[in-house]
Amino acid sequence: MNRLTGFSRAGMAGAAILVVAALVALIAPLLISADALDVTRVTAAPWQTPGAQHWLGTDHTGRSVALLVVQGAGTSLFVGLTAAVLSVGIGTLVGIVSGHFGGLVAGALLRVTDFFLVLPALVLAIALSTVLPRGLGTIVLAIGLTSWPSTARMVRAQTLTIEARPFVERARALGGGHGHVIGRHVLPSVVPLVLVNTTLAVASSIVAESTLAFLGLGDPTRISWGAMLHQAQLHGAVPQRAWWFLLPPGLAIVVVVLAFTLVGRALEAVVTPKR
Amino acid sequence: MRLAGRLGGAAVSLVMVAVLGFFLFRVVPGDPVVSMTRGRPTTAAMQAELRAQFGLDRPLHEQFWSYFTSLLRGDLGTSFTFRRPVAEVIAERLGPTLLLVGTATVIAVGLGLWLGVRAAWRRDSAFDRATTGVSLTLWAVPTFWLGMLLMMVTGDLFPSRGMRDTDTAPDFVSQALDVGHHLVLPSITLVAVVCAEYVLVMRSSLLEEMHAPYLVTARAKGLRDDLVRRRHAVPNAVLPAITLVFLRFGLVVAGAITTETVFSWPGLGLLFYDALTGPDYFLLQGLLVVTAGAVVVMNLLADLLHGVLDPRVKVV
Repeated sequence: MNRLTGFSRAGMAGAAILVVAALVALIAPLLISADALDVTRVTAAPWQTPGAQHWLGTDHTGRSVALLVVQGAGTSLFVGLTAAVLSVGIGTLVGIVSGHFGGLVAGALLRVTDFFLVLPALVLAIALSTVLPRGLGTIVLAIGLTSWPSTARMVRAQTLTIEARPFVERARALGGGHGHVIGRHVLPSVVPLVLVNTTLAVASSIVAESTLAFLGLGDPTRISWGAMLHQAQLHGAVPQRAWWFLLPPGLAIVVVVLAFTLVGRALEAVVTPKR
Repeated sequence: MRLAGRLGGAAVSLVMVAVLGFFLFRVVPGDPVVSMTRGRPTTAAMQAELRAQFGLDRPLHEQFWSYFTSLLRGDLGTSFTFRRPVAEVIAERLGPTLLLVGTATVIAVGLGLWLGVRAAWRRDSAFDRATTGVSLTLWAVPTFWLGMLLMMVTGDLFPSRGMRDTDTAPDFVSQALDVGHHLVLPSITLVAVVCAEYVLVMRSSLLEEMHAPYLVTARAKGLRDDLVRRRHAVPNAVLPAITLVFLRFGLVVAGAITTETVFSWPGLGLLFYDALTGPDYFLLQGLLVVTAGAVVVMNLLADLLHGVLDPRVKVV
């Protein structure tokens, strides 16, 4: 049976949205001139309602909201992807090590994993990004370093399951070392799980990025969807009923995060067959 | 034995929280006093006082020891922005947060479990599809954005800032009504986001039980469909779901921070925002230790509660 046929329609829709979002993020910086996004050089009036010239209106400085949303896609996707890779990378490493090697190391790692699993990741991420200098690297670190434990638990469980199978026992009996067992048997069986986890982690990382940016902890030199909403809150878009400034960045977050979630769930359904 | 192990584990976690709180604010690149006082008029004497409070002039292990012993005494240092003891500032803000988080959690758990059960029981029905779809979408919605939207859509229908008006009559009934009025939008925001998670958790928990042999027996006995659900399937499926609700308490904490920030609800979440905009490291450290400690305690409770509710898991 072709495994891809199991990919649900919702998953395909999600994948299509992601392709469009990625194209927008890559092409936008080439088409938008820096002048249009420079607060000191824009000429349009602030708080304009959507019209023929600015079809999503303008923000508090007179910049076009449509251009800002398009430009913000890059930052949000970049942070989401890199933070997810960092988080899943740490989680996979910790999971395999604590699953493969028993004894004191595994015990200690498990203890630390459970500790961080319980702590509210956002609170830790806030504390980290407050003490570190503002910037893209800080946000990626803050999200990646606080969201790995669930991956670690899952990968550890998978490692334990695989290592209990007869073919791993056979490999060991034939003299296969740690490197061989991990590289040839554990890793291949963990990869599908890691893939699913990365996709879902991108979704939560994008939400986390927008939250940190909303709280004013983002990179002040870059436009992101969360940073736009931070500006909207600071300059009173709500009391002014400036829906054109509030809706587009939020909807962009929801659509992209939902797309990653749908793709992740579809992948999950393919990877873990129904009982 | 298991009880002792759980208590010991929680105690170790609490010590780890304290250690984390200490090192997180000591690995700051550069001088924490300089970054805290940036943009504020400060005298050399004030800076020296702050340095002494951080203990920057002493070796690290002495700093840690004095931090740890004062923590055990309930002393979290002095807030730089409020110029009062951190423990005092935090204690003041506890009430409003408990009110908001408590209300939202009760509603979200009730609604989430109910919707989750309905959706799972009629799997792939229109109701199931709609519930799952809405939950997944709400899961993707940033809490703060939902709050801002609600505020804009409802306009003047509900107050959107703070917890009470200054001109409300001082008697209990009008005060309670006023607080309730202010509570509407923040709790809807928090419920919407947290509830989505509970629906999905409850749904998958019940789906796990759907083909269990004991349900076949119950049906074979001739029980009506909703009796099978109420008396047999749900009691078994609700336990893991309830445990997960406690385990995801961190999620509620995170939601409270952004919700309180959007609605200026005078609780711990807004205090978090004040502390990070300062930045006020002592306040932030205190908040981190207190919230993380609370989450550790909640988890211990979940564990113990699970043992009480489910005879198969014996605690003692």
